[in-house]
This record gives sequence, C-alpha cells and structure tokens, in this order.
Amino acid sequence: MRHIISILMENEPGALSRVVGLFSQRNFNIETLNVAPTEDPSLSRLTVTTIGDDRVVEQITKHLNKLIDVVKLVDLTEGNHIERELMLVKVKALGAARDEVKRTVDIFRAQIVDVTPSLYTVQITGDAGKLDAFLQAMAPVGILEVARTGVSGIARGDKVLSL
Amino acid sequence: MELLSGADMIARFLQDEGIEHIYGYPGGAALHIYDALFRQDKVKHILVRHEQAATHAADGYARASGKPGCVLVTSGPGATNAVTGIATAYMDSIPMVVLCGQVASHLIGEDAFQETDIVGVTRPIVKHSFSIRHPSEIPEVLKKAFYLAATGRPGPVVVDIPKDMTAPTERYEYIYPKKVKMRSYNPVTRGHTGQIKKAVELMLKAKRPVFYTGGGVVTGKASEGLTDLVKQLGYPITTTLMGIGSYPQSDKQCLGWLGMHGSYESNMAMHHADLIIAIGARFDDRVTNSTSKFCPTAKIIHVDVDPSSISKTVRADVPIVGPALSVINEMISLVQGQKIAHPEALTEWWQKIDGWRADRVGKLYEPSKPGEALKPQEVVEALCRVTRGEAYVTTDVGQHQMFAAQYYKFDKPNRLITSGGLGTMGFGFPAAMGIKQNFPESDVVCVTGEGSFQMMMQELSTCKQYGVGVKIVNLNNASLGMVRQWQDLNYKSRHAHSYMESLPDFHMLIEAYGFTAITVTTIAELEPALERAFADKHELVFLDVKVDPFEHVYPMQVPLGAMRDMLLSKTERT
Repeated sequence: MRHIISILMENEPGALSRVVGLFSQRNFNIETLNVAPTEDPSLSRLTVTTIGDDRVVEQITKHLNKLIDVVKLVDLTEGNHIERELMLVKVKALGAARDEVKRTVDIFRAQIVDVTPSLYTVQITGDAGKLDAFLQAMAPVGILEVARTGVSGIARGDKVLSL
Repeated sequence: MELLSGADMIARFLQDEGIEHIYGYPGGAALHIYDALFRQDKVKHILVRHEQAATHAADGYARASGKPGCVLVTSGPGATNAVTGIATAYMDSIPMVVLCGQVASHLIGEDAFQETDIVGVTRPIVKHSFSIRHPSEIPEVLKKAFYLAATGRPGPVVVDIPKDMTAPTERYEYIYPKKVKMRSYNPVTRGHTGQIKKAVELMLKAKRPVFYTGGGVVTGKASEGLTDLVKQLGYPITTTLMGIGSYPQSDKQCLGWLGMHGSYESNMAMHHADLIIAIGARFDDRVTNSTSKFCPTAKIIHVDVDPSSISKTVRADVPIVGPALSVINEMISLVQGQKIAHPEALTEWWQKIDGWRADRVGKLYEPSKPGEALKPQEVVEALCRVTRGEAYVTTDVGQHQMFAAQYYKFDKPNRLITSGGLGTMGFGFPAAMGIKQNFPESDVVCVTGEGSFQMMMQELSTCKQYGVGVKIVNLNNASLGMVRQWQDLNYKSRHAHSYMESLPDFHMLIEAYGFTAITVTTIAELEPALERAFADKHELVFLDVKVDPFEHVYPMQVPLGAMRDMLLSKTERT
C-alpha cells in the first residue's frame, strides 16, 4: 500500500541526507520526496511517499523517528488527508491539436502558464492520480517535458503536525 | 569568564567530562588538538599504531566499563581507518565518541590533501554525527555527542572538526555544559505499565517459558535485576552471544547461549517453548535461524529500548518499549508474592530440559588423545580454570570466538568482549589493550586465531610503549577455521584461500617486541604454560597453541531450518 509520511526535521545541513540515506540503507522504497523550510526557520518539512506492507511501513516510521534530526512525523494515510502535487508539463500545440490541448487543460482545471507558436507549458495541481490522468490525455498530442514536485500533504480537520 | 581556543576547549571538555583515556593517532588536521592535549596531563592519550585499533581499544574499554570510549583521529585516511571500528561499535550498540580532524572549512569540497567527507562515509554506521561550524559551539556539541552515545540505545557518535575550528589564535568563552536538552531526542525511561502487566500475566501462566536475553541487559546495566527476576520465577534462561554473563552461566537455570552455535538445550528449549521473554535482544538472523520456522508454539514478549528492534524480524505479541533495567524492576515488583499458575507444568518442562542436557553430556567434543594435536575446546577450558572464570576475555572472529564463548564460563556481565554483530576480525587484541589499561589489576586475555591476530598485530608496539600486560592465547590451526568449516560443509572441502601457507614464527615475532612467547603443542605443556602466562599481571605473554586444524564448531544450526535443526558433530544431527 502507498503511504504518505510527513516529517518535521531540524533545518540542519545533512538532515536530508540522513533521511534519504536511511531509505537506501534499509532497502525501503521512495516514490516521491519533497522538502522545504516551514514557518519556523529551524524546521523543515519533508514529505515522502513510499510503498510497502504494514510491517515495512511500521519499520520505516520507527527508523525515521530514531534519526536524531527527525523531530516529529505522521503517516498521513492513516487518516483523512489532503494530498497535492504540482506539475509543469510542456506539450506540443500545433494545428488542430492546439485547441484540443486548451480544452483538455480547461477540463482538468489546469493553467497554461507559457506559450510559444509550437507548444504550451501547462501547470496543474492535484493528487497523483489526476496528474497521471492528465499526462495520459496529453500523450497522443506529444509530451515534451514533465516536472513534478512530488506529493505534499496535510491532515484534514483539527489534526496539526507541529511541535 | 574563560577564553579558550577550540583545541583547548576540546581538551578541557574531555577533562570536565571525566574522560581518562583517549585513543588516537595524530595528523595534520588534528595537530592543534594534539598540542592542547600535550599541554595538560589529566586526559591521557594512548598512541596506537593504526586508527582501527584506537576505535577497538575505546570500544573494549566501553564494553568492560559501561562508559563511553573516546577516539581522536585526523582527517582523510585517519578517519577512514577508523570506519571498521565505528561500524563494530554501531552493530553492538557500544557508546563511543570519535573526534575526527577535518581540513579547514574553506578547503572542504575542494579535494584538499587528506580530505574525506567522513560524516558522509560514516552516516549509516553512527547513531549521530556532528560537524563543528564555529569554535564557540564545541562544548555544547561535545556534550551532545557524549549524551547521545551513552543514553537510550547506545552507539558511536562522530564529531567532524575542521582545522580552523581549533586554531590557537581564536578564543571564545568556555563553559562546561552540565546538562543537555534536544527536542528531537527523548529516549524512553520506562516501559508502558499496562503492557508490563500483560507480560507478567502471561509469564505467570506459562507452561514452557524461556527467558532469551541479550546485550541490552548488559549495556542497560540490568544483570542483577534480571538474575533476581529469573530466580524468583525459576524459569530457564538462555542468552545471546552479546548477553553472555548477564545471568551467571554456572547457575542451573542457565542453558548457555543460543543460536547458530548455541547450546543444544538452549535451541531445543526455544523451539518447544510456549512463551519467550526476550529482553534487550534483537532476534538476529544468527539467533533465529529461519524466521518462518522460529519457535512455532511460542508467544513472544519483547522488551527493548529501541522500538525499531521490536517486530523487525519476528512479530512480538507483547511489545514493551523501555530500558531493560526499569522494565525488569517493574516486573519484579509485579511478580513478588504471586504464584505461578502451573507449577506441575514447569516441573515437567525442567525434566524435558534436563533430558536434553543429559543427552549431550560428555559428547560436546572429543578430547585429544596422547600424541594428538590439542583441541581448541580443551585450551579454552584450561584457560577458564587457570583464570578461575574471572578474566576479561576478548575474542576475534571465527571458530576460536565460538569456542571461547562456549567453553569459558562467565558468571558476570561485561566479561566476554566480542564483536557479535559486525564480526570484525582484528577486534580482540586492541580491545584487550583498552580494557587492560583501565583495569590494570584484572586478568585480560585475548583469545584469538593466527588469522585474526595478524590483522592487528602491529599493536604489540603500543603494548610495548605503555607496558600493557594483556595475555594472548593464539589458537593456531594454521587456517581460517570457520571459513574452512563452511567449505568442508558446503563446498566439498575445497579450501579456497582458507589456509595460511606462510605464517610467521610467532615466537620470534613476539620476542622482537621484547615480550615472552610460549609455544604449546601438547596437553602436558598447556596448564603450566597458562600458569606461567598469568603469573605476572603486568607482563604481556603470548601463547602460541597449536591446535587441531580439522576441528569444527558444534552444535551448528542447519541453514533455513528451525531453532532445533542442528548438526551436533561431524556425524550426528537432530
């Protein structure tokens, strides 16, 4: 099963490499990863999506918690949560396909953020499934480049991941 | 207010922290620190002959004393030479702080002379590591390093110190930080009371219980409590290799140790148990054999200070995260005054265990006959007699390690000092050196083999410099015995590179350093040679004991089998 684990960690040099190193060292898998500072400059938030059965995910969270730089973490998939990813994608936009791309962009509530005579650059946010579906829809037209941020997430309701 | 340079802060901090010995080797990036150590006399620096030996010596000291060991090396090759010792300490959860010189900050990343990213290299084998970024943070970082190394599940901590951080010209305020607080590190101080109650209920109701305890009881200083608890209940106990001595082996409730080369009765009892009470042990693959066949009828209580050890390889029915000492104490108070539910079942269980014991009496190995080569087992038994079972025994890795663990009887914790997790050849001799320097009045003996000893024999020179009177018992079978054993069993005795064709004359080698060497070839020579070796506590004596090269270590668990599936000799199996 796919899990989204959000981690608050010390905003220190080397902290990221300890987290990433742990995954390769213990043969855990990383699907996506993103990291950025939070409103508290001493803390970074790292979100990782991983695939594994309950036993593996239990080990992943235990080992992450053991890292001295990890202050707190939550497995968002254990409860209701919001999951978002941002993707920038360059697609061919020539002739009749140019209108078709624009229509598809509207259907997906994406935005065209840059234009040349031969291509569009599209920005789209959503969960990973929506982004995959958009790529599938664009495939016949011709995808030139894809940049995805990896999943970020937050719990629904009153639950808060903070110190 | 006192202003000190970074280097002087390090020296002063070590004094204030109560560090008596630091093991190391100088080099460019560490020279400011060496100068600071030179200008004081409270912390004694021991100059080794290879940085790996510095880490093993500090590790040996830490294992014997329960306090963190301390190492100082220079950047680049100095630090990389320490890597094997750091990994050894990590695998066995031994507290150690390794101070590494580093090239000056402005050179980092430029492939400067003797530059290595040692924080990067050691990342998977440390509990934590630090890089000093400003001299003023040295006292606090060092305090954190020692605190992390020694608390919770102990382990090695590396501190990377760029040379400009220790420059004599830059001085900052020094205050010894008495306490340290880290928001992201709060090791548990006690187990969950509800879980402990649940565990004790199971313990009192068990019909075929076994205690299975490990290094966590030793490092957690919980041996006395464990002994109390086990005696009160009257249950059998087996320990891991790392847990040897945490319960007196001469007591009848102790079945010896378990696992790949553990005792027959330990492995049989584990397999047939209905309750396993695991404390400070981690269900390592050398213990469990095939996890799918592990103890099919047992419920498992697992106490460990490290939550990630619980249900890692074998699922626990009652997990308890907490330090061995406090959990055991709580268990004792719950057990007191209680009666076990099935005393008749326990009697029956002991009858079964005593039956297994009786099965193997007199069959463990065949003693040598007159004119034959000595058996390594009888050498260890003689060593145990001569030292009255009270010596600190360090080992290297291989057959001799297993024989030492099987045939020396340990009644105290912290006495068998062995690289259990990593299995580091070369560990034993420098570890013995570290112990002897801190316990000069105790007998310290390294049981080794000619393969392992040659990995660290340069330390004879260190022993000469500091007059370290360790004893070395070299079980010389002129081959890498354990490798050879596996080749006999799995590769039709094709002995690929497992024999030593050109051994040195150990006698001459030892004498070249000014020490005494005794060669032993017959049983008649054995005990007198041992008596002679231990006559003077302060003299290094090397016994080169020629032993039977064809001997195998038994019992030996059959690969992919259950705990009870063992080879018992070259011709018998369960």
